[in-house]
Amino acid sequence: MLGYALRRLVLAIPLLIGITFVSFLVIHLAPGEPVENQMGETSTQSDRELRERLKEIYGLDKPLHVQYWSWLTRLVRLDFGRSFSPDARPVLQKIGERLPVTLLLNIVEMMVIVVLAIPIGVLSATRQYSRFDKVTTIFVFVGFATPDFWLALMLMILFGVQLGWLPISGLRSPTWEYLSFWQQQWDFVAHLALPILVATFGGLAGFSRYMRQSMLEVIRQDYIQSARAKGLPERMVIAKHALRNALLPIVTVLGLSLPGLIGGSVIVESIFAIPGMGQLMVQAVFERDYPVIMGNLVIVASLTLVANLIADLTYSLVDPRIRVAARRGRR
Amino acid sequence: MKAFWRAFRRNRLALIGGVIVVCLAVLALLAPVLSPWDPNRPDVKKILDGPSKPHPLGTDQLGRDVLSRMLYGSRVSLAVGFVSVGIATLIGIVLGSLAGYHGGTIDAMVMRLVDLMLVFPRFFLLLAVLAFLRPSIWTIMAVIGLTGWMSVARLVRAEFLSLKEREFVLWSQSIGASVFRIIWRHILPNAMGPVLVAMTLGIPAAILTESGLSFLGLGVQPPHATWGNILNEGKDAIEIGWWLSVYPGLAILVTVLSYNLVGEGIRDALDPRLRQSVGRIVSRAR
Repeated sequence: MLGYALRRLVLAIPLLIGITFVSFLVIHLAPGEPVENQMGETSTQSDRELRERLKEIYGLDKPLHVQYWSWLTRLVRLDFGRSFSPDARPVLQKIGERLPVTLLLNIVEMMVIVVLAIPIGVLSATRQYSRFDKVTTIFVFVGFATPDFWLALMLMILFGVQLGWLPISGLRSPTWEYLSFWQQQWDFVAHLALPILVATFGGLAGFSRYMRQSMLEVIRQDYIQSARAKGLPERMVIAKHALRNALLPIVTVLGLSLPGLIGGSVIVESIFAIPGMGQLMVQAVFERDYPVIMGNLVIVASLTLVANLIADLTYSLVDPRIRVAARRGRR
Repeated sequence: MKAFWRAFRRNRLALIGGVIVVCLAVLALLAPVLSPWDPNRPDVKKILDGPSKPHPLGTDQLGRDVLSRMLYGSRVSLAVGFVSVGIATLIGIVLGSLAGYHGGTIDAMVMRLVDLMLVFPRFFLLLAVLAFLRPSIWTIMAVIGLTGWMSVARLVRAEFLSLKEREFVLWSQSIGASVFRIIWRHILPNAMGPVLVAMTLGIPAAILTESGLSFLGLGVQPPHATWGNILNEGKDAIEIGWWLSVYPGLAILVTVLSYNLVGEGIRDALDPRLRQSVGRIVSRAR
């Protein structure tokens, strides 16, 4: 087990380097200059001097590999540089403020999806072609096809504008400071309700589908037949024998779908004005804030990598077959 | 082919999806004829008018006709869908067949590249690239295509791995056919089924991505009408003009749904064994 874990870790290192390389390359090979943006449209003699100096400060006049190397060595020390925006704050600080928000959102989404998708999937698999199964199938197709930003707009119109039940932007009401402790908690939950609903919708469709499929495959196995044959009640067969095995592949699917979920926070956070990584990314893109964009890319991708690793390790932990196969593969 | 049609026709949902897909294509082609108004002509007397007889779907902040803008927008969506999937498929086929046919170092390199690309949440990667390009319909197509080839590459590689051991391939190798000819004439045609399915399912995904980017204001730029940027305007007028938000979104939903139904229909008709199974997804992930 330990050997397997170590091997996965070692394999992740080139990927990590790859992440930094791609992040760097993507931005530096594209035409368009950040300095131009900072300077505005004017270009008199003195401006040109100023531009050269800006380039020097940011190291943009050096050859690419030198820039990459100096960026990488600073990266190892977790120094992501300073933002190009007027506040010029360290990138790490900017991201650090927003990371918890995005993580919180994504973890809650994950939990909601898992908690809802498993029973839905199991029920529609055990009652294949029943009315429940058909309704969920329709839901799945519609869920796949619904643009999340449109769903967000619709919910905002319905709950925010027409009914006025829920706040439609930010994380706190303007009156937050004057609320009592419990009112503050409620205020926070109310602000998160719509974003989480939107972010969960598409993922829920996908997951209940996978769960159904996985369950259908397990139910056809011989050991389920023998469990039934030895007279176990159907509930036991489904809840213990089938469910356990059907859950295995879901762990991996969960890990795989993580980039999608995190990517989705770009849209959700922008629409609901939630100060997370996604919103920061969009702002940075509009301002052509190199260091923030690069820092964001590196951190988001590294997070995904770590999450995939955890999913992989969990999978091998719960499924002995993987461990055996890994050991055999080595020989 | 006949058997394929018979199986596809029996799938009622896929058939409905197919009819809608064709209708949408016709609407997009005939947009200049069908549009009641010039999509870019503003009219200060009709700012944010609700649905009415002359403007069935209302007007926007500049008094432009929403129906006409949506008809023109469908051209953008379909064009982006088809072209970007074309780009992605081309890259995927080239890299996937090289990896699957040659194996060894080439295979390892291509697959590591796929792994690497998959670690980036796609929207973050897209935004990063778009930040430094002048956003236009062409850059959007290119960027969506360049970040979406990984699943095709995996599919093609997997097909090649099993096909290259088959007798007809060994046979053409033994009579000295060139590698290009073996890949192009013998293996690839046999691997096209799953690729076709991936393409059909890739188009709606690209349409969703494009409209998402346009919605954020980073996709196709105004005054070009697209479903995404009409929705972007709808967001600003959310308290007054619900029609700006409702209809373009419905158009996206119906389009994506229809393509998905057709894609699933093709998959089932081509080969029932191709039905999406968790086992496949997991093994593909490794």
